[in-house]
Amino acid sequence: MLSLYVPGDSVVHRVRAGLKLAVLAALGVGLFLGDSPVLMTGALLLTLVVGVAVAHLPWLALAVQVRPVWLWLALLFGFHLLATDLRTGTVAVLRLLALLVAAAVVTATTRVTAMVAVIEWLASPLRMVGVRPDRIGLVLAMTLRFIPLVADKAARIREAQAARGGSRVRLGMAVPLLIEVLRMATTVGEALDARGADDVPVRRGGRRARLAA
Amino acid sequence: MRWGRRAAGGADDAVATGAGIELRGVRHAFGERVVLDGVTLTLTEHRVGVIGGNGSGKSTLARLLNGLVVPTSGTVRVDGLDTRTQVRAVRRRVGFVFQDPDAQIVHPTVAEDLAFGPHNQGLDDAEVAHRVEEMLDRYGLAGHRDHPAHLLSGGQKQLLAIAGVLAMRPQRIVFDEPTTLLDLANTRRVARVIDELEQDVVVVTHHLDLLDGFDRVLVVEDGQVVADGAPAETVPWYVARMG
Amino acid sequence: MRNGSGTFRRVKSRDLAYVALFAAIVAVLGLLPPVNVPGLPVPITAQTLGVMLAGSVLGAKRGGLSLLVFLALVAAGAPLLSGGRGGLAVFAGPTAGYLYSWPIAAFVIGLLTQLFWKRFNLAWALVANMIGGIVVIYAIGIPFTALFGDVSLWASFTGSFTFIPGDLVKAVAASVVAVAVRRAYPVIELPSRRATAG
Repeated sequence: MLSLYVPGDSVVHRVRAGLKLAVLAALGVGLFLGDSPVLMTGALLLTLVVGVAVAHLPWLALAVQVRPVWLWLALLFGFHLLATDLRTGTVAVLRLLALLVAAAVVTATTRVTAMVAVIEWLASPLRMVGVRPDRIGLVLAMTLRFIPLVADKAARIREAQAARGGSRVRLGMAVPLLIEVLRMATTVGEALDARGADDVPVRRGGRRARLAA
Repeated sequence: MRWGRRAAGGADDAVATGAGIELRGVRHAFGERVVLDGVTLTLTEHRVGVIGGNGSGKSTLARLLNGLVVPTSGTVRVDGLDTRTQVRAVRRRVGFVFQDPDAQIVHPTVAEDLAFGPHNQGLDDAEVAHRVEEMLDRYGLAGHRDHPAHLLSGGQKQLLAIAGVLAMRPQRIVFDEPTTLLDLANTRRVARVIDELEQDVVVVTHHLDLLDGFDRVLVVEDGQVVADGAPAETVPWYVARMG
Repeated sequence: MRNGSGTFRRVKSRDLAYVALFAAIVAVLGLLPPVNVPGLPVPITAQTLGVMLAGSVLGAKRGGLSLLVFLALVAAGAPLLSGGRGGLAVFAGPTAGYLYSWPIAAFVIGLLTQLFWKRFNLAWALVANMIGGIVVIYAIGIPFTALFGDVSLWASFTGSFTFIPGDLVKAVAASVVAVAVRRAYPVIELPSRRATAG
């Protein structure tokens, strides 16, 4: 479905999502404080070992996530060769690569729902300024629910316009699609109220524990 | 009936007196446009139907019954609870099923969506899980538990929407054109589901055969209730009037 | 709603729906294949069109929030960026600054749109979308790339130059759509109107 998650039962899969994110954040800070090629190479090898040997992720699953920046990394390396020196270029590229692989490992071993639960938890200090963290989880879930629906609506409008002879006027379909979606939002809002979404806030601990498990 | 641990709900329920839904001198306008005027009704029957043309005001009437719309003037009371001041208590009593299930299903998977309403009621996880299982079984959705709601058929989506409301165990359910977007087979299926409900229902519809065996049918026209009585009287009257 | 109570400030449920549905629109725009426009050096992707539309249709707060929601889902591992990219890695990449700029861009576009709302037309829409959708995005994206890749600001700036023509095309498209949507179904309410509309 809509996920880069690779199902599995490894230690890395089972570690709590919040902990994985904390380690990733620490790694990010650590790598930017450090400045030695050995440290960067070590970090890259370590994340690869965790991803491939411990979490049993296929190489492809990691490559898919890192691929979009290959070209950029090559350009960066080239730039440093010309502008600074080999050492700085190597450190910059290895640092980014280690961080990207580590991020890819976390993403591939953590379900979207568990991540959403962490986001909800991270947002809990916002209670102080009047934001309900459970609302954030709800909006994220609603978005996942509506993506295929909006895609369907777009396809239907395109078909209808094609039937009336309008060839491929992409911009022309944006207006009816937006209006249809805005109209639907009114009903969705009513449905949320009718189903008690605006009801008195309740404890969410149980749900979070279940989702993160 | 238990409503879970909640502070605000208990006090509201204590005020409840008269049983049934009571509309008194209800008028509703969106800006300049008056959609309902001078509606006074008491609904105590098990099954009430509401029919009328497009734009007659019947959809607004349905929304008044659980406080989704608050009247511009006049009052709506559900078992004595005023929809203006005790809207949350009213909504816990009156479930609402919309015409388009796609707008009512807000979670990506079937089981998650069923859990949404009960969870909002503050029920504990065990009770929420129990109700989800009950609904999955009752409406033949058990095989779709973790499936994306998006992949259900139109009929299954409407069943999921209804099940999502029933999981909250309301005493009454208002249906706003629940079969308008469905084919014949699914219309009959939803009709059977409505027939089997123990809860009191109010059904707004264009499908007149949905109202077989109903206790009372209202005809709404230009914002007013123009006929009110047993379906054997009002439905033929309405059909004759439409020519 | 007037009947709100409790310690939490009430957000209307409909606003939650707007935010979720627009985040979904941005995701769906990412599914469209990049368009080659004759005369432009790089193909145009539609996703930043979503950033502009969110701001100019929903206004500052809801527009900005819908992009935050979108990015949160990308971070959570949903491959919603154009080309099926997603996950945490895209937030660590050298071009991540552009992503971070999206919610701010939508917010700024929304703010300007609200400011111009009474006399909103194609020209004002263009001003809002160019400032918020181009200036803001590059003002955040370019320095981020420079910092992240240890390259000079100037190198980063010239590197991103090829995308500007495409962004201008998108700003025009978003403005045309925003004006049409405002005419048919205005969503932004001015504070003075909200008091009477309730």
